[in-house]
Amino acid sequence: MSEEQKREESRPAEPEAARREDAAEARTGGPADARVENAGEEKRDEPAAEGGRETVTAREASGGGSAGTEAGQPAQPQPDAASDQPASAAGAEAEGKAAPAGDGDGARAGDGADAGTGKSGGEAADAGKAAVDPEREAKIRAAQEARAARLAAKAAAGAAAGGAAAGKDAAAAEPKPPSPKQPWLDEAVELLKTEVHPEAVEEATINALSDDMPTIVVKAEHWPAAAKLLRDHEKLGCRYLRNVTGVDYETHMEVVYFVINMETKREYAIKIRTDREHPSVPSAVPVWPGADWPEREIYDLLGIEFPGHPNLRRILMPDDWVGHPLRKDYVPLDPEV
Amino acid sequence: MIRTEELLLNVGPQHPSTHGVLRIVVKLDGEVIKEATPVIGYLHRGTEKLAESLNYTQIIPYTDRMDYLSAMTNNYVLCYAVEKMMGIEVPERAQFLRLIVMELQRIASHLVWWGTYLLDLGALSPFLFAFKDREKIVDLFNELCGARLTYNYMRVGGVKWDAPPGWIDKVRDFIPYMEKQLQDYDRLVTGNEIFLNRVKGIGKYDAETAIAWGLSGVNLRCTGVKWDLRKDEPYCIYDRFEFDVPVGKNGDCYDRYLLRIEEIRQSLRILKQAVEQFPSSGETMGKVPRVIRPPEGETYVRIEAPRGELGCHIVSKGKAEPYRLKFRRPSFNNLQMLPKLLVGETMSNLIAILGGVDIVLGEVDC
Amino acid sequence: MGFDLESITPEEREELSRNVLLTSLEQIKAWARSHSMWPLTFGLACCAIEMMGTGAAHYDLDRFGVFFRPSPRQADVMIVAGTVTKKMAPLLRRLYEQMPEPKWVIAMGSCATAGGPYVRSYSVVKGVDQIVPVDVYIPGCPPNPAALIYGINKLREKIRYEAKTGKQVTNR
Repeated sequence: MSEEQKREESRPAEPEAARREDAAEARTGGPADARVENAGEEKRDEPAAEGGRETVTAREASGGGSAGTEAGQPAQPQPDAASDQPASAAGAEAEGKAAPAGDGDGARAGDGADAGTGKSGGEAADAGKAAVDPEREAKIRAAQEARAARLAAKAAAGAAAGGAAAGKDAAAAEPKPPSPKQPWLDEAVELLKTEVHPEAVEEATINALSDDMPTIVVKAEHWPAAAKLLRDHEKLGCRYLRNVTGVDYETHMEVVYFVINMETKREYAIKIRTDREHPSVPSAVPVWPGADWPEREIYDLLGIEFPGHPNLRRILMPDDWVGHPLRKDYVPLDPEV
Repeated sequence: MIRTEELLLNVGPQHPSTHGVLRIVVKLDGEVIKEATPVIGYLHRGTEKLAESLNYTQIIPYTDRMDYLSAMTNNYVLCYAVEKMMGIEVPERAQFLRLIVMELQRIASHLVWWGTYLLDLGALSPFLFAFKDREKIVDLFNELCGARLTYNYMRVGGVKWDAPPGWIDKVRDFIPYMEKQLQDYDRLVTGNEIFLNRVKGIGKYDAETAIAWGLSGVNLRCTGVKWDLRKDEPYCIYDRFEFDVPVGKNGDCYDRYLLRIEEIRQSLRILKQAVEQFPSSGETMGKVPRVIRPPEGETYVRIEAPRGELGCHIVSKGKAEPYRLKFRRPSFNNLQMLPKLLVGETMSNLIAILGGVDIVLGEVDC
Repeated sequence: MGFDLESITPEEREELSRNVLLTSLEQIKAWARSHSMWPLTFGLACCAIEMMGTGAAHYDLDRFGVFFRPSPRQADVMIVAGTVTKKMAPLLRRLYEQMPEPKWVIAMGSCATAGGPYVRSYSVVKGVDQIVPVDVYIPGCPPNPAALIYGINKLREKIRYEAKTGKQVTNR
C-alpha cells in the first residue's frame, strides 16, 4: 500500500510537469486527446490532454479497485498495441510532445493506461507483480528519461537542424557524420528565422538521397519575404532558380523550388506546403522571373494558384480544358477519344 | 492619309521552320513586333502522368521521346536519378559507353540544330550536309543498340547492349572525319556576309537577365557566365577528361552559333580521349535488384543536355513506380524569355532568334 | 481505208505493243499525280526528324518526285508524322480541309496510327483517323526512312490501282 501511495503522490507531480510543457505546445494534442478520452472511455469533452489524464487519474482513483482495474484493463490493449511497455509519464509526455502525433497517441494512451495500471497494479490481485514492478518500472523509466532528455533537447532547440540531426542520430542509433552541407542549412535557417519571421521555417533537413541537399520547409505566408532573402542576402545570394516542381500528396500539396548560388555552389530546396481544397502559394516571379512558366505549368496541371503571378493561365492544356490532369484524383472526361 | 493598324499574326503551329508545333501570336506594327506570346502545349503527351503507373525501366522509352534529338541524355538523366537514390554503382565499361554515346549524341543534336537553323535563315545546302553527317552517327547508334532515334539504350545500373567488336574503331575513325567537316562548314558559313548580317547583334541579352530567367546551356554561356554542369557538378566520368567550356561575350545569336560549333569540337576532343581510355573488357550492368525500388524520399539530379540543364525530380514512396516524376526541361525554361527578347524586333529576326534558342517541342511540352 | 482489227499481222502487233499505249485519262492522271506527290510539312514530333532524314541527302525523297511544301494550298498529301494531341486536333482538321482535292493522308508512326506509346494518356488522340481519313498507315516508332519510302510507294500504288479499277480502297 505504501508503494501505491508513493505512486499516487508521484502521479500528480508528473501530470503537472506534463501540463506545463503541454501548455507550451498544444499542437499535437488533438488526436491524442481523442485517444486518451477513448482510453478513459467516457470523457469526450476534455480539450486539453492533461485535463483528460487528470480526469482519468481522478476517476480511477475514485473508482476504487475494481473500477480502476476495469479502467486499467480496457486501456491495456491500447498501449500494448501502440507502445509495448507501460510508459513512464515523463518519457511518454516528452515523446508525445516532440514526436509527431502518432507517437503522441501511443504515448498518451500509454500514459493514461499507466495511470490505470499503476492504480490497478498497486491494489490489484497480483501482489507478486507489485514486487517486480518498481524495479522494472525504474529501469524503464530511466531509459525513457534518457530518451526524453535527448528528445527534449531536440524540442527545445526548435526547428534547428542540429537538433534534428542529433535527434535523428539518436533515434537511428547509428552516429552518422554531419554532412558538409549542414552549416549551409543552419545558416539559412538562422537567417530565415531572424530576418523573415521566427515561425517562417517549419522543418529543415538534409536530404541524404540527393547529395545531401539542404531542404527547408517554409510557411506559405512568409515565402515572398524568404525568397527575397534567399536571393539578396550576401551570404546566400541564390540568384539562379533551377526548377519548380509541384507534387500532389493526397493530404496536401507541395511546391518545391530549387535555387543555387552559382559562385559558391550553395544550393537549397525550398518546399512550401499548402492544402488541397484551395491550394495557393505566393508566386516567386517578382523575385526570380524564371519561375514564370514553371508556375503556370503547375497551375495548369495541379491547380495550385500563385497569387502575384503576372499571367496565370493554362499553358499546356487547351484553354477550355476541365480539371487538372496531374492530380491524383483526376478523371478524364473523354477517355475513349 | 494612310491609316495603319496593328496586325495580329499567327506564326502557327504548322510552319516550315522545323522546330515543331510552336505557335507564336504576334502583334505587328508594320514589320516591327510589338508583342509576342508563345502558345505551347500542342505536343503535351502527359509523360509525367503516365510515369506514375509505370516502373522505372518502362519509363526509359518515354524519356527518349521527350527531347528526341538527344535521346541518350534523356535516358541518362532518369537512370542517374534512380541510381543516385539507390546508391547503385555502375561499372567502368558501362560508364565509358554512356559517355561516348552521350557525346556522340551531343554532336548529332548540334548538327541538326545547325542544319535547321541555316535552313530557317535561307541557306538550303547546310541542311543536307548536316544530315549526311548525322546519318553516320545514327548508323553507329544503329549498330550499337538497334535504333536510329529513340534508343532505349540505358538501364538503371548500366547499359543494355555492349559495343559490338569493331565499333570503337568506327568511332575512332569518325572523329577526324568530323573535324575536317567542321572546317569545311566554317569556311562555308561562319564568315559568310549574309549570314553575319542576319545574326550578329540580334537577340542580345546580358548575364543578369539570363540568370534571373533561369536560362541554361548555350543560352546562358553566350553571355559570359561559365556554367556547364559537366564541369561544375560533374556526373558520369566527365571529371576524367580534359575539355574546355566555350563561353561567349556578347549574348547575341552569333555567339550562340559559334558556341555550338565549338561545343562540337570539344565533344570530339572528349571522344578522342574516351576512345583511348576505353576499357577492353568489363561488365555493362551493375548489381541491380530485379525489381527496382528506390527508397522512400526524393531526389533531384541534373545533367548538361545539348540544350541546357536537364533535370529529373523523383518523389518515391518506396514502390516500383515513382510517386511523382518531374523533368526539368531546358527548352521549356529557355523559351519563356522569348516574349521579352522579341519586342521591337522585325519578323525576320524572330525566326533567327527563335532558331538560336534551340528548342525541341517534345521537350517543351513533355 | 478499211482498217480491220483482224487483219493485223503478228509482227505489226508486236510493233504496236512496243510503241502505242492504250489507256484511260484517269490512269494518266493517276500516273502523274502519284509520281509527283507534294506533301505538306506536318512534322509534329520525333517522326518528323525521320521524315526530315528521309528528305535529306542519304535517303533522298526528291528522286521520287516528293517535294515538301509548307502551305496546304499547294500540297496534295499530308504525312501526319508524330503524336496528335487534343489541342492540335482541330488545327489538323482545318489544315486538311484547306488542301485542295485530290488529297491523301499518310499516318506515319504508331502515334498517328493508333496513339502509339501514349495511348493511355489523357491528352493524346488515339489515332489520327479519328479526325481525317487515312490512306496508308506506316507503323514504327519512329519508322525507318526506308519504311517511309515504302509507305509512299504503297500510296503511289494505291492511287494507280484506284484509277485503274475505279474502286475505292477505303470509304471516304
